[in-house]
Amino acid sequence: MSDEPLQEFSLQLLRQGDRAEIARLVDAYSAQIYRLALKMLSNPQDAEDVLQNTFMKALQALPNFEGRSNLSTWLYRIAVNEALMLIRRSKPEVDVTFRSEDADEDEPALTSFTDWCCLPEGELMSSEAQKYLDEAVGMLSEKLRFVFILRDLEGLSIHETSEALDISEATVKTRLLRARLKLREMLSVYYGERLTE
Amino acid sequence: MKDDLNCGAFLKELSDYVDGVLGEALCAELERHIADCDDCRVVVDTLKKTIYLYHETSSVQTKIPIDVRKRLFHRLNLEDFIAN
Repeated sequence: MSDEPLQEFSLQLLRQGDRAEIARLVDAYSAQIYRLALKMLSNPQDAEDVLQNTFMKALQALPNFEGRSNLSTWLYRIAVNEALMLIRRSKPEVDVTFRSEDADEDEPALTSFTDWCCLPEGELMSSEAQKYLDEAVGMLSEKLRFVFILRDLEGLSIHETSEALDISEATVKTRLLRARLKLREMLSVYYGERLTE
Repeated sequence: MKDDLNCGAFLKELSDYVDGVLGEALCAELERHIADCDDCRVVVDTLKKTIYLYHETSSVQTKIPIDVRKRLFHRLNLEDFIAN
């Protein structure tokens, strides 16, 4: 993971409810979980709700945590579930069943062959472009967006992403490719317009 | 694209290729294809750039706002550790 906290935690102390150790755990992972929730939900209030609920649930479940996955992947998994519950409550019409088949997702189509890589870094990374990068991620379906956020923005491995979302590694790979290709198409249109300006 | 079959097969391996985890033989085959197919070369270059841009913009680590941390510690009954 990109910024996995370096400190070790005593599972024994955490399971016993040692408050100092719990506070250390919360401080080590709260920024990651908050950032993840912000990216998934694009709303600071929702992100804060997910952050609080994630740690509430984690503390309740700690006595039974067996340590089969690492603590951060486990926390990510709880946070993803909390974010999904929030989405289901606010948008009940959206199917965010992560384990369902992907037949409803289009096969990736390549329509843009403009080479915009030569644009200067200042243009590629302008504040307007960064805003568009965020908007483009927001346009992906939940299934594709969550995989892209965990793998490419948060830097989880394919295996960790599959654990956090409770889907197979093959599904992670399929969704990741689709997400990346869709974003490439959107960015090609956006930067292609800047090439001709 | 020059050859539909090759380009289609190429597309399926694209993520592994840009992540650098594709097997050596398949990698060499894809590189031969790219050298010959300008559209696929553009797809690879712009896909790599897309991922790079997202990596760069997400590497700025958002810190948790002080008041958000404070409310979290209250909710978890860890008020006495807020000052740490």
